Amino acid sequence: MTTVDTNPGTDTRKAGRFVYISAVVLLCAWVIVPLYFLLINTLSSPDTVNSFPKAFVPEFDLGSLSFFASFAGMLTALKNSVLVAGMTMIMSIVVGAPAGYALSRFDFRGKELFRLLILLTRAFPLPLLALPLAVMFIRTGLDDTVFGLALVHTTLAIPFAVLITFSLFSGIPLELEEAAWTLGCTRLTAFTKVVLPLILPGITASAIFAFVISWNEVFAAAVLTIENRTLTAFLLQNLDTSPLHLKFAGGFILVVPALIFIFAVRKYLFAMWGIANR
Amino acid sequence: MAEIQIKNVAKRFGSYQALHDINLTIADQEFMVLLGASGCGKSTLLRIIAGLETQTEGEVWIGGRRIDHLPPRERGIAMVFQNYAVFPHLTVFENIGFGLRMQKLPNDEVKRRVERTAELMHIEQLLGRYSGELSGGQRQRVAVARALAMEPDVILMDEPLSNLDALLRLEMRAELKGVLAESNTTAIYVTHDQVEAMSLADRISVMHEGRIVQAATPVEVYRNPAERFVAGFIGNPPMNFLPAASADGGKWQVAGEIYDGPAAANGVEFAIRPEDIAPADTGLPAKVRLVEPLGAHLLVTCDVDGTMFRAILESDLQVKPGDMLKLAPQTDRIRWFDSSTSLAVA
Repeated sequence: MTTVDTNPGTDTRKAGRFVYISAVVLLCAWVIVPLYFLLINTLSSPDTVNSFPKAFVPEFDLGSLSFFASFAGMLTALKNSVLVAGMTMIMSIVVGAPAGYALSRFDFRGKELFRLLILLTRAFPLPLLALPLAVMFIRTGLDDTVFGLALVHTTLAIPFAVLITFSLFSGIPLELEEAAWTLGCTRLTAFTKVVLPLILPGITASAIFAFVISWNEVFAAAVLTIENRTLTAFLLQNLDTSPLHLKFAGGFILVVPALIFIFAVRKYLFAMWGIANR
Repeated sequence: MAEIQIKNVAKRFGSYQALHDINLTIADQEFMVLLGASGCGKSTLLRIIAGLETQTEGEVWIGGRRIDHLPPRERGIAMVFQNYAVFPHLTVFENIGFGLRMQKLPNDEVKRRVERTAELMHIEQLLGRYSGELSGGQRQRVAVARALAMEPDVILMDEPLSNLDALLRLEMRAELKGVLAESNTTAIYVTHDQVEAMSLADRISVMHEGRIVQAATPVEVYRNPAERFVAGFIGNPPMNFLPAASADGGKWQVAGEIYDGPAAANGVEFAIRPEDIAPADTGLPAKVRLVEPLGAHLLVTCDVDGTMFRAILESDLQVKPGDMLKLAPQTDRIRWFDSSTSLAVA
């Protein structure tokens, strides 16, 4: 390759590089700028929020946030959110991981159909299911309970749990398990001694992902609970009639935990989408 | 005592018949190599013996005990895998000691056996490392050490050297032979590499399309192939075949020359190894097509009676493409194969 600038090859490559970098910057800005404004407005006093032009540096006024901390029902909602998300996390892994293992290790009739059907569970919009679900829950006494909502969220999280764990298990060569069998393991001990230690980080990631799905879900939470609202449903209900600075602060409270979770597990999300690891 | 008997074993995957009625007895402490091209069923047979695959029909006995219904861990076997299967989350020490720990042996016994086998495989300085920090050759050593540490009755190896580079393979091959000879275990070794098979085996079982076509010592397989397939598979280059026409009473005409052959009435094919041929005043008329110097020898590809025919000749012979040669086969090395059954006939 030559270093002369007029070389058309270098030119195109430079242009391509420019477009690439611009696209990356644009995409980052698309995500980061709104978040940044959210942050600024959360940490601003009510007056600043409603004024124009906006400052680019937050003034670290914790008034809005401290208002939320002392807001009636806020802590209960937070506790409910954590409970529901925690239950969703456990249930979706307990059900999803064995399914992922089966998909990756066994050949059975209708395997491809099964994989498709798992995704199809997400094809029905929740608003469509909300009314029948609500009726059913009221009949069975599951309405307005943390467990009932966790069941719905588990249903939403299971497809991801299955597909993530499927990809994790597929990444572990069957030979490792076979070697363990010949070295004195049963199927179960081979799993606990060889497979589990290798996929534990991935399982954790998949669990946290389920947690985030539940944490972010608002529709089912709003429809199926009244007294035992989760944070999202609670904020949705109350922020509607709140002043602007509180809306910002509420949004901030909702976004941050999800962001932290996603950031913590980004490696495994890439793995799930087949970008890394495989 | 760990004699292995395979009785009438067959395996079907759906409608595909991977193994047909396999019968094989492997003596105690014998080194048996299963040799064949990919897809011939050799790995499937090994996996059936290991218990990783279930046979559709037949029985497997080890040391006078029928084991084909038992899970792998109860068969008294250890296995070395093609991709080593070294556990990535454990150190080399824990890898080698894995099976011993599963047997719940006391710590000092595990330590003693791990260290002894590690020494045997020259990996004692690697015991603290993880598999990610090892080279392919080192992983292979760990895999063999892990199998040996079990002190199994039978050690099964599935193409264990095929992922190593050529030089390393040669080195490991020699080492493996020495280590296994000392360990007094019965060994079954699967490979598609005939040189590997020849150099390691006490006996070779040549497999083809789910059948064992010949099970014999390496020299016997090489000198007296039981089937035309074996003759064409073993040896590099393999045997030459020429059509033969019946001349009276056990005499056969091959490319115009008359040779003593079987008294069979059926059609036969004449076969000879490339190195059992020498230029002479009388012999098979051959037109030279290609001359490849191999250092010690010349590989000469000719045209005999319209058929491709290879000869390995002395390197000081002056030949060039287009020359006509008379090639005389060493008569005691001529083999005959029945044209219809492909079996060797005497």
